[in-house]
Amino acid sequence: MAHHGEHHYNLDQRFDFTASIKKSILTVLVIGAVLLGIGIVMAMTGGHHEEGAAAGGHAFHWYERLYASLWVNNVFFTGISIIGVFFFAIQFAAQAGWSAPILRVMLSLGNWLPIAGVLMLATFFVANHDLFHWTHSYLFDKNDPQYDKIIDGKGAFFYWPMEKGTFPVFYIARMVIFFSFWVFFFTKFKQISAQEDQLGGSSHWYKMRSWSAFFLVFFAVSSSMSAWDWVMSIDTHWFSTLFGWYMFASWFVSGLSTITLIVLFLKGKGYLEMVNENHVHDLGKFVFGFSIFWTYLWFSQFLLIYYANIPEETVYFVERLESDIYGPFVFVNLGLNFFLPFLVLMTRDAKRHGVFLKLVCTILIVGHWIDFTLMVQPGTLGHNGGIGLLEVGMFLVYGSAATFVVLNALAKRNLIAKNHPMLQESYNHHI
Amino acid sequence: MERDTHFILGVYDDEDVLLHAVEKVRGSGVKIHEVYSPYPVHGLEHVLGYKRSKLPIAAFLFGMLGTSLALTMQFYMMKFDWPMIIGGKDYAAFPDFVPVSFEMTVLLAAFGMVGVFLITSNLKPWAQPRIFDLRSTDDKHIMAIDIASNSSLEQEKIKEILSASGATEVNNKSFE
Repeated sequence: MAHHGEHHYNLDQRFDFTASIKKSILTVLVIGAVLLGIGIVMAMTGGHHEEGAAAGGHAFHWYERLYASLWVNNVFFTGISIIGVFFFAIQFAAQAGWSAPILRVMLSLGNWLPIAGVLMLATFFVANHDLFHWTHSYLFDKNDPQYDKIIDGKGAFFYWPMEKGTFPVFYIARMVIFFSFWVFFFTKFKQISAQEDQLGGSSHWYKMRSWSAFFLVFFAVSSSMSAWDWVMSIDTHWFSTLFGWYMFASWFVSGLSTITLIVLFLKGKGYLEMVNENHVHDLGKFVFGFSIFWTYLWFSQFLLIYYANIPEETVYFVERLESDIYGPFVFVNLGLNFFLPFLVLMTRDAKRHGVFLKLVCTILIVGHWIDFTLMVQPGTLGHNGGIGLLEVGMFLVYGSAATFVVLNALAKRNLIAKNHPMLQESYNHHI
Repeated sequence: MERDTHFILGVYDDEDVLLHAVEKVRGSGVKIHEVYSPYPVHGLEHVLGYKRSKLPIAAFLFGMLGTSLALTMQFYMMKFDWPMIIGGKDYAAFPDFVPVSFEMTVLLAAFGMVGVFLITSNLKPWAQPRIFDLRSTDDKHIMAIDIASNSSLEQEKIKEILSASGATEVNNKSFE
């Protein structure tokens, strides 16, 4: 309604992380773990050992599939987590008022970041040769028959200031710096939010805006570089200049879908009663719009490479499109992440009603996870990849663990930024 | 009495008063012909009880027309009319057609939507607009009541309702 009346909402509400919610999350975790276990056993006993060896490459080991799966989920859930913080910062930089009641939901996603950072580092050290071709020292040795001139040229980006092929100082430093700064900004935002809850006034809002601006500048650079480091460097020879944006778009859609799902979940439980279909509509528009943005980047990357037809570039898509394993998934990827949200969320009603959004957001999260699987697997597993019980199980384990951490943190603090200066504006939000 | 010729006009100073007035006037059973205001008043179409515009449907249909035209044109040219090999691809290389199809979709959706809007809003170049009160282009909101469509009510009664709802002036207006 357009009328600006008085509102009496419970601003001190807290999310009650009840035993029954915990139980359902843990059930998913257990199902995931069981699937993962079966998947690992299947990978150990089945497999295609002989093919790899016969082709003259290194023999394929079952644990490579486990590592690749770990890496996909590390990158994917790190993305969702940092997008929560990013979208939070955007609200302040853009001086947005509509989103005031759901700010805490966005920020809560960041709680997975510290865990994600540790997991990422650990996975890198355990799996380095099996995931990243550039970690082999013979590539940089001019006397070795497997010396690789192209990778040698790129070596400094990983190894500087050490000698190439030794310890990737620069690479590790970037990973550590990105995660520490992200966690630092996240903690800072949490701190200022807590102060605002206690003291009120608009000074915290201004403080938050400055910190948000610094964070956004840092994130602009770090998100792009993390895409090169964590995903693009798997296909070491190949590069794409818009890869950073492409991965960011994939992250952003997954993160927005997660935020929307949590908001709808909380509303379903009777919280956030000031969030009405107008706010949901805005979230829906973000999901819709950035799905198209993702498609735009996916297609821009594809079309230029396809059209120019330079072998060193086309190899990336040849690996995927011409493969029996990945070929179909390329189209599944486009179907789930573009055609489906585009057609379902096109009308205004679909964006305002939870049923459609819940469906589309769930599909988008799965769809973008498939997208990341498609980015990582061909370069690491070759024709031994695929999405089986192991991958699905790992996704469920990661997903439920991250959900548990996020909801647990959400329950510890006020659900609404009760002293946010733009709450009134948000109540009257009408589109 | 003939419809669409004789009107009673309520003049309002303030958009908040106007929004409440529209609710009150409609609540007392008066049918409102139209409200004219110098700028878009948020929520006005909602209190007036207007149905949602069908313009998006027109946009979608024109968009689809654009896509089909673009694809037909490109397939016809590249596959049948003047086949050319570009970059070693097939004659009809679908990915190449996507940017043009996209642009044509946007172009026809935009043109079609603007055209439909102009026609349905009576903004044709040859249309003669009726000015109820010149001040609705400056600083006043004008609520127009068609007398013929409210024949069950006395004119004096309608004027009373308008004044009571916060109108600063109540005037009569007739067109030829």
